[in-house]
Amino acid sequence: MAEILVLVDHLDGTVRKPTLELLTLARRLGEPSAVFLGPGADAAADTLGRFGAHKVYVVDAPEVGELLVTPAVDALTQIAGSTAPAAILLPSGPDTKETAARVALRLESGLITDAVDITAGEDGRPVTEQSAFAATHQVTAHITRGIPVITVKPNATAPEPAPVTAELEKWDVTFGPASAAAKVFSHTPRERGDRPELAEADIVVSGGRGVNGAENFALIERVADTLGAAVGASRAAVDAGWYPHSHQVGQTGTQVSPQLYLAAGISGAIQHRAGMQTSKTIVAVNKDKDAPIFELADYGVVGDLFQVLPQLVEEIDRRRS
Amino acid sequence: MKHVPDATADRTFTEDGTTDRGSVDSLLSELDEYAVEQALRIAESGPDVEICYLTVGPDDAKDALRKALAMGGDSAIHVSDEDIEGSDVFGTSLVLAGAIERHGFDLVLCGMASTDGTMSVVPALLAERLGVPAVTHLEELAVADGTVTGRRESDFASVRVRSALPAVVSVTDRSGDARYPSFKGIMAAKKKPVETLGLADLGIDPGQVGRTAARSAVDTATRRPPRTKGELVSDDGTGGIGLAAFLTAKKFA
Repeated sequence: MAEILVLVDHLDGTVRKPTLELLTLARRLGEPSAVFLGPGADAAADTLGRFGAHKVYVVDAPEVGELLVTPAVDALTQIAGSTAPAAILLPSGPDTKETAARVALRLESGLITDAVDITAGEDGRPVTEQSAFAATHQVTAHITRGIPVITVKPNATAPEPAPVTAELEKWDVTFGPASAAAKVFSHTPRERGDRPELAEADIVVSGGRGVNGAENFALIERVADTLGAAVGASRAAVDAGWYPHSHQVGQTGTQVSPQLYLAAGISGAIQHRAGMQTSKTIVAVNKDKDAPIFELADYGVVGDLFQVLPQLVEEIDRRRS
Repeated sequence: MKHVPDATADRTFTEDGTTDRGSVDSLLSELDEYAVEQALRIAESGPDVEICYLTVGPDDAKDALRKALAMGGDSAIHVSDEDIEGSDVFGTSLVLAGAIERHGFDLVLCGMASTDGTMSVVPALLAERLGVPAVTHLEELAVADGTVTGRRESDFASVRVRSALPAVVSVTDRSGDARYPSFKGIMAAKKKPVETLGLADLGIDPGQVGRTAARSAVDTATRRPPRTKGELVSDDGTGGIGLAAFLTAKKFA
């Protein structure tokens, strides 16, 4: 069966959900093998095997943490060069898209980024679906040359287990000259709460200009916590300093595609819509009945978010008790 | 610089799956203005800096160069050749790298992505082709003593990075507001030199670029069906209760 390489996205050995989605998609094309960079592969192997990774290629070298992008390029190119996989899948992100592009260039392969679905075409080769032009269009495409290299957005599919025993295989990668790479000289981890990650959350609750102040984001957080959601913010709210940039939803921020997107006090400028309109269900609360966000909303409330949201939380609490 | 269809207009595809450039006005990709701004700030912070803008595209792509030149800078290169039409990121980066090498460079500054394709991989491909480091998605950067340092924000960390020059850098829309061209700048831009080059000038075989060399192909491009108009209610004092009922019915609460 054709081997499919999947680059593992992990935090110190804890495999992130988009990787499990990739393993699930990879099984439509062949037999997935995981490529794991950095320390922690032993801890990750169980999870990777549970989602169908027959092999885990492990590259644990100091270069992985010290240099930007290029160690992953060297690793994937060399592993692909000797295993000749039928496709290489990576989670979509700024670094991984660059990794994918460079790998494709070195392998003389084609590249598709930000796929939202992959299926096997008639010849078994991958056919992708993407969103284009601020998610107003759907595009299906395929790669015409070399080993298809594809990056996939979070929430493209639900992870489905398919347990196997993953076999670990250590790889010694020859890294290119460090002079051809940017060096990381300081790394400050972001403080992380208990909320789910924005890009991969099933529910996102976002606040915009209408939230009107950093202190008022506590209300957005309260709604998020009631629903078990991640917190997002519009560009306007982020630029005003009300919420950290890492939570910006939009074309130049995080692009989300959750089961439910709740927009509060967000008018819905095109850049914001580009980042959220593939959400399955959209709910909006806004004072302005003409706000463009209502064109997308499955359920809209024209009203003051400071009235509507506290009542929403109370009502959910009441229904639960 | 990339000349792209206006991102706020209703963009669409042609029958062959490429961007329809005829149906809406094009302009300088907004995200490239941040790269122009950073180039101008570097020039203003020290002596001996020459800024040359580069674009690949049909005739009207020169408008993007004029916009950048009106903001500031010295000269521009326009690579135009009908054989380039339909190029993917590999063809485009080959042409860009050829023009960059021909001109010579210490620093290649790019926007984080174009507002049409939004792949954001051309800077990395340029670095790969030019054999120099890539420092991408910077929210802050400084150039001094042959080194570029910057800050980039990932999902989990704030990371400071450093690279020797020459290098390729891309900047985000948070790197600093781009200036507006002044009237004086617009007038001055008309006199700044814009060199036009073709594939032959870059020694690139037409077979390496364009639609025939593209490594991926679009099968279908269709407009997403408009979302079914949902329920819109005015808050009469029970808006939150109604919303809770909707979310419960959908099993979100």
